[in-house]
Amino acid sequence: MDLNYSAEDRAFGAQVRAWLDANLPKDLKAKVLNHRRLAKEDFVRWHKIMAAQGWAAPNWPVEWGGTGWTPTQKHIFDEECARAGTPPILPFGVNMVAPVMLRFGNEAQKRHYLPRIYDCSDWWCQGYSEPGSGSDLASLKTRAERRGDKYIVNGQKTWTTLGQHADMIFCLVRTDPEAKKQEGISFLLMDMHAPGITVRPIRTLDEDVEVNEVFFDNVEVPVDNLIGEENKGWTYAKYLLGHERTGIAAVGRSKRELEFLKRVAGEQQVGGASLMQDIRFASKVADLEIELMALEITVLRVVSAESHGKGPGPEASLLKVKGTEIQQRLTELMVEAIGPRALPFHVERFDTPEEGEVIDELAAYYFNYRKTSIYGGSNEIQKNIMTQMILGL
Amino acid sequence: MDFSFSDEQQQLRDAVRRYLSQEYAFDARNKIIHGAGTSPQAWAGLAELGLLGVPVPEEHGGFGANGVDLLVVMEELGRGLVIEPYFATAVLGAALLRFGGGAHAQALLPQVADGSLKLAAALTENQSRHELFNIAATLKGGVLNGAKTVVLHGAEADRLIVAARSGGAQRDTAGITLVVVDSKAAGVRIEGYRTIDGMRAADVSFTNVAAGADAVLGKAGEGYAVLERAAEVAIAALAAEAIGAMSALHEATVEYLKTRKQFGVPIGKFQVLQHRAVEMFMEIEQARSLAMLAAVKVDSADAAERARAVHAAKVRVGRAAKFVGQAAIQMHGGMGMTDELNVGHYFKRLAMIEATLGDTDHHLAQFAALGGAADATGSTDVNSQKADLKAA
Repeated sequence: MDLNYSAEDRAFGAQVRAWLDANLPKDLKAKVLNHRRLAKEDFVRWHKIMAAQGWAAPNWPVEWGGTGWTPTQKHIFDEECARAGTPPILPFGVNMVAPVMLRFGNEAQKRHYLPRIYDCSDWWCQGYSEPGSGSDLASLKTRAERRGDKYIVNGQKTWTTLGQHADMIFCLVRTDPEAKKQEGISFLLMDMHAPGITVRPIRTLDEDVEVNEVFFDNVEVPVDNLIGEENKGWTYAKYLLGHERTGIAAVGRSKRELEFLKRVAGEQQVGGASLMQDIRFASKVADLEIELMALEITVLRVVSAESHGKGPGPEASLLKVKGTEIQQRLTELMVEAIGPRALPFHVERFDTPEEGEVIDELAAYYFNYRKTSIYGGSNEIQKNIMTQMILGL
Repeated sequence: MDFSFSDEQQQLRDAVRRYLSQEYAFDARNKIIHGAGTSPQAWAGLAELGLLGVPVPEEHGGFGANGVDLLVVMEELGRGLVIEPYFATAVLGAALLRFGGGAHAQALLPQVADGSLKLAAALTENQSRHELFNIAATLKGGVLNGAKTVVLHGAEADRLIVAARSGGAQRDTAGITLVVVDSKAAGVRIEGYRTIDGMRAADVSFTNVAAGADAVLGKAGEGYAVLERAAEVAIAALAAEAIGAMSALHEATVEYLKTRKQFGVPIGKFQVLQHRAVEMFMEIEQARSLAMLAAVKVDSADAAERARAVHAAKVRVGRAAKFVGQAAIQMHGGMGMTDELNVGHYFKRLAMIEATLGDTDHHLAQFAALGGAADATGSTDVNSQKADLKAA
């Protein structure tokens, strides 16, 4: 058993860190570290910088722009980016529709879409959930009717993250209403600018607009936009669940947020001393830090197994549950640390980065992060998956 | 021993609930939040219902300042997600006047009771966190200087009750003087803003504000005793508000579990969610018990008894509120994350009650520091219980 990175991997990490130091714009870094709301231009700017470096899609095959890194190197890369405070590369294009396209799409689709995903010419969003289909996604009703060389799509998707910025959407649609529910679903790509598509923002409880409803009213979609075979869409969606999932633990990001928590708490006073010297609060932070340590090693165990050829499995559910619990607990302790200063809600400050750390928005961060145990397959569903797939109960 | 509410208390509850459901429904309330921030109509409505007189002693034109009457009112305001400056004016402000006494109490409490005066307590400073005695603002030679933050409904107030230091070191309980200052006085600068739970607060700075002997509330240098007593009343009220909010949240969650279908059945059929909803119920009932205790004990002459009940209530309510709020959001799925559903609003209010006048950890430490071996109700003799909840 060897828990150390090899010398080569450590050198790789140093190389990534140095590049980030030199190439991550200071204003973007400040926005991310200070929990500001990122604008569309912020995401795009960073994606293009990464694309120019050749690092926008490390997980892809090399011939399409991937880096050829080992699982360990990819993990190190994710961690270094998170720690540095890079804007996230949104998963919908690079990590969701692209892997499905690579595995199940045809050459024409790959040649057209993949370069545009790579260099962020197309902003992608995901059309999965519907008002009546959340955890029970397979019950989805958005209908795609084949008519000649087109599908006519009618229905509604919801919780579509950043759909208001999107050029393209990949959707699970029902192409066979007579079949058993998982067996009548297709994976269809749609142009968000097509006639008949309406995007309606949903305001979340922190008053941000990060998710949307998307309505489809007789939208005409070329048959060429079908990925793979009709009625096999559920298989393709399941493929994604088993694909490249260690990032979901967000260890690097949580380590960065833990440092932020300690800094903010260190600046608060109780009993005439720093809050981090208060044994009750310090113990809570320690508890959380220990859970994060455990998660980091668990992630490394999974990454190491992948390096030795073992495919990703249902332990991704553990990473999701524990990863999100830690993320949420971090925000809880941030709010606790600042006491009554959690109340002020200066909404106008959310879009402007400020010098130094500002704590105004920490309550909004806490409220927003309640979503993490709900999205991506709720933590209850993840526990159901582990119950079946790991315990066989 | 009788835990029932009196007929008057039940009527009061019904009247408030009816008024709020008709005149202060969720959408109307949200319009106020994104508009002026408070509603003069609603304030007049609350005054007409007599709510502003509830926490004011009879001799000052009110209905009697009984902790249980206030619990009834606050529960309904919590359930109704009311964002008007009732707490700032009629609870914390009025309690400070009541315990400070003297000319200010005589002059101002009747105006609180009839709805013509709004108050705000300027207590918290940037460094103070939950320590009410942690004060850097100074009162020297009748001149007030300093900066207060998160002054609840500070920009809506006619008068500010300010805690300043006339002597002692920054964290001393001795040397604190309370002064009543006109919000429009020279040298007072008020910067109002929204709070994340739908209300308003303000940063208030005082630059050479005149605050002579006439301005002093209670005894110079002995303001902390008044602060403590008023805080007890206010904490008991917040505990009650939280109970109202949690009750409404739990009802909404159980209703959602019955109506939301996935996998062909109402999600309330899944045992994991059933147990969680039951846990919410148990948490609320335990918290309700200690909120009731605090409501009764807050009027006791026994300081140790009051302190014990109030600290315990804030702790128990704090724990329950975190669990109930988080579980309600989780069980509502994506809908719980929306601004348009009331679930998120209850959750946010509960989280900010936790941050007000001391969080769970703060009160836990205070409770532990009390020591003592008295039983739950503070007396070792069950026959001498004053736990009757009927109004005096």
